[in-house]
Amino acid sequence: MEKHIALPLTKELAETLHAGDTVYLTGTIYTSRDAGHKRMCEALERGEKLPFNPEDATIYYVGPTPAKPGQVIGSAGPTTSGRMDAYAPTLMSVGARGMIGKGARLPEVVEAMKKYKGVYFGAVGGAGALLARCIKKAELIAYEDLGAEALRRLYVENMPLVVIIDSEGRNLYEEGRSAYLMSVHSGRHLKKS
Amino acid sequence: MAAKVQEGEEVMREIEVSRITEMIERLCIEANEHLPEDVKDAIRKCRACEDGEIAGGVLDRIIENYEIADREQVPICQDTGMACIFLEIGQDVHLTGGDLTAAVNEGVRRGYEKGYLRKSVVKDPIRRGNTGDNTPAMMYTEIVPGEQVTVTVGPKGFGSENMSAIRMFKPSAGLQGIKDFIVETVEAAGPNPCPPMVVGVGIGGTFDKAALLAKKALMRSLESSNPDPFYADLEKEMLEKINELGIGPQGFGGRTTAIGLNIETLPTHIAGMPCAVNISCHVTRHKTGVI
Repeated sequence: MEKHIALPLTKELAETLHAGDTVYLTGTIYTSRDAGHKRMCEALERGEKLPFNPEDATIYYVGPTPAKPGQVIGSAGPTTSGRMDAYAPTLMSVGARGMIGKGARLPEVVEAMKKYKGVYFGAVGGAGALLARCIKKAELIAYEDLGAEALRRLYVENMPLVVIIDSEGRNLYEEGRSAYLMSVHSGRHLKKS
Repeated sequence: MAAKVQEGEEVMREIEVSRITEMIERLCIEANEHLPEDVKDAIRKCRACEDGEIAGGVLDRIIENYEIADREQVPICQDTGMACIFLEIGQDVHLTGGDLTAAVNEGVRRGYEKGYLRKSVVKDPIRRGNTGDNTPAMMYTEIVPGEQVTVTVGPKGFGSENMSAIRMFKPSAGLQGIKDFIVETVEAAGPNPCPPMVVGVGIGGTFDKAALLAKKALMRSLESSNPDPFYADLEKEMLEKINELGIGPQGFGGRTTAIGLNIETLPTHIAGMPCAVNISCHVTRHKTGVI
């Protein structure tokens, strides 16, 4: 199904999204990857606040290229989400709900998503030039010393995504692959008969 | 590049290392903005035989993405990689004007700055800390006959690099052992390396040479085949097997798990059969220049 959704990603909204849905996302999201996640979780451990309000927030796993003069942001496709698996349940426990990335997640992340009603969206990995076009505003908000890994607040319009894992734990990586293999299998069967 | 003749000596072509710096600066930018034509062709061919709505849609976006990068001269992918630099230096060339390694790193430094490319290198593997200029380059030099210097820049992203593998087989594992390992490595990589992938396979040599062969296999045109018909057939067979896995574009399910697979080999020891599988993505970049 194709859906246009406006952020923030509330619990109610999250529950309407299902693995395999094509989604066009509009609203404010936050960027963070390896080093930023480590710092945010260390801050939470010390009882400090995060650089942004995590409630119903969506985090984009991205380290963009530097913006050329006149650009809002450089190329900005997703990085491999699995490296954030150690931190994602902690961030969901304080209210963060949406994650945008690519690649497989650990079972403990999926369990946390079911518990906190999280959604894992896939952006097309390697399509950094295309995805940058959906980013209308970019503002550095913390950890500037991390360079490409610094925390940014982005405003995106109609960002093309696919729901990979939904809040019930359904997974497009598993379902999409087996659906394709079944279609090939049944196709072969038909040819034979 | 004036040739200098000294009395009683052979002619030796002199090349200033600053020319290598300039070429690397240019190639870093071009490689990151313009996908090689053979890679584009392979993606387009795969799009034509992909029926699934999600799979076809992903490939359409991948095509649109490299077209934007071409047109607007922006990086195809935000992971502008570690700069893998291959230098083939003619043995009749005398490099002058400074240290070659420093010249190569200066080219990378300038290219990544001027091209607004991402600096993705940390100075220590455990203690981390960004070097800030994407150096050092991963540099390989080879001495070849002739009086030219051939420079290849292959920016390598790590989403796919992380899914690569090497194994030291017993010779008794045979061809089947190699085949299974290639397919297993791709299957284990799954959606992580941004499929559709390009797969580079290195078989033989030593532990280190097998890995280098696999990387070099990624630099070879997807329109070419291994010159040995045995390995050319194996390339075709492995690509077909991989595309029966069903992982598909981005791992969402579909036919196109890989757009190409190249194999490079070397003789090896009587006791061994090393095999390395270097995984790359649909943004498999490389650009070559000759001085």
